[in-house]
Amino acid sequence: MQTKQDSELEVIESHHIIPVHVYIKVFVALMVLLIVTVLAAMEDFSIRLHWGPANVVIAMAIAVAKALLVVLFFMHVKFSSRLTQFFAAFAFIFLGVMFFFTFSDYFSRNWIPQVSAFNIAGR
Amino acid sequence: MTAESNSLTLDKSPVHGGETDPPIDDAGHLLLHHHFDDMAQQRECNTLMMWCFLATEIMMFGGLFCAYAVYRWSFPHAWAIGSHHIKWFMGSVNTAVLLVSSLTMAMAVHSAALRNKKRLIMYLALTLVLGVAFIGVKGVEWTQDYYEGLAPGVQWNYYDTTVHPDHAKDVEELAKQGVSPNAVKMFMVFYFFMTGLHGFHMLVGIILVSILLIMAIKGRFTEGNDQPVEISGLYWHLIDIIWIFLFPLLYLVSGIKGSGPLW
Repeated sequence: MQTKQDSELEVIESHHIIPVHVYIKVFVALMVLLIVTVLAAMEDFSIRLHWGPANVVIAMAIAVAKALLVVLFFMHVKFSSRLTQFFAAFAFIFLGVMFFFTFSDYFSRNWIPQVSAFNIAGR
Repeated sequence: MTAESNSLTLDKSPVHGGETDPPIDDAGHLLLHHHFDDMAQQRECNTLMMWCFLATEIMMFGGLFCAYAVYRWSFPHAWAIGSHHIKWFMGSVNTAVLLVSSLTMAMAVHSAALRNKKRLIMYLALTLVLGVAFIGVKGVEWTQDYYEGLAPGVQWNYYDTTVHPDHAKDVEELAKQGVSPNAVKMFMVFYFFMTGLHGFHMLVGIILVSILLIMAIKGRFTEGNDQPVEISGLYWHLIDIIWIFLFPLLYLVSGIKGSGPLW
């Protein structure tokens, strides 16, 4: 059995190997978060918290937590090189850029100030 | 290093001053490709390039998510009604199936790294079965949607009471909320496009895992070259992450009780 252990260590040298119990814990956390997502969808938080988008914000927060668990542990990003971590983060940062510029347009569409010139023309 | 070992003469002797033998796997295949300095660099480069590809995948799905957000923002009531027509329970079951498959994939990568051939084959087979199960549930779901007249462009007559007299209540609800059936149709277009693109990725993943499984049975990943399993695992996990976002966005818009748009 000792020789088996030694050969295992030999393989490990070039990259980090996450112990099995970490995978199990991450999996349990993911399943619990899935149940929480479904339970949260049974309640109307917009009434409870007096905030319209409460439900979708809660659902997305849980989804982000789940995605982070998968990226960091299942995809080994937590133990990867800084360059790999940078690439992984970069994809999501660019996604943020796309959302930001799209919604900076849609949110401000009816914010056009009622300038006097418009009013005069309208009269 | 001596000048002798740098000379261009063909020296077949196994001993080179200060140089180690190139890494080979147990079957004698050369592990290190000639354009890399060492195994660590090769491994790092492979992982990085896979992440490069995954970034393009994130941007592709991101475009759909962004369009989804714009339309949901424009038609919140239609989105709530549409999300109520699709089957949240099957969506939840599929989420669970995918999460389990992610675990089995992670365990397959782990087994390959530890050169445990038996376990690698077992976990890859489990991942394959779960992937097929996901597609199966999806197929049942889509078939039901089709027969309910929820497939835009193929079979769209959900609100046609001459075809579906039992949907009269839904038509009434639609009129009460002042929602155009076309806005609900738009939700269904998003639903089919997003789950369809995701399903296509699942099919690619299933083919990928099948190839891995055949190669694993031949012992290709347990002789020292385990990285193809790890790289394919990254792809599988990304498809899981996309579903993690698709599930609440498509199935849980109006909540399970259906109390109207929860935004």
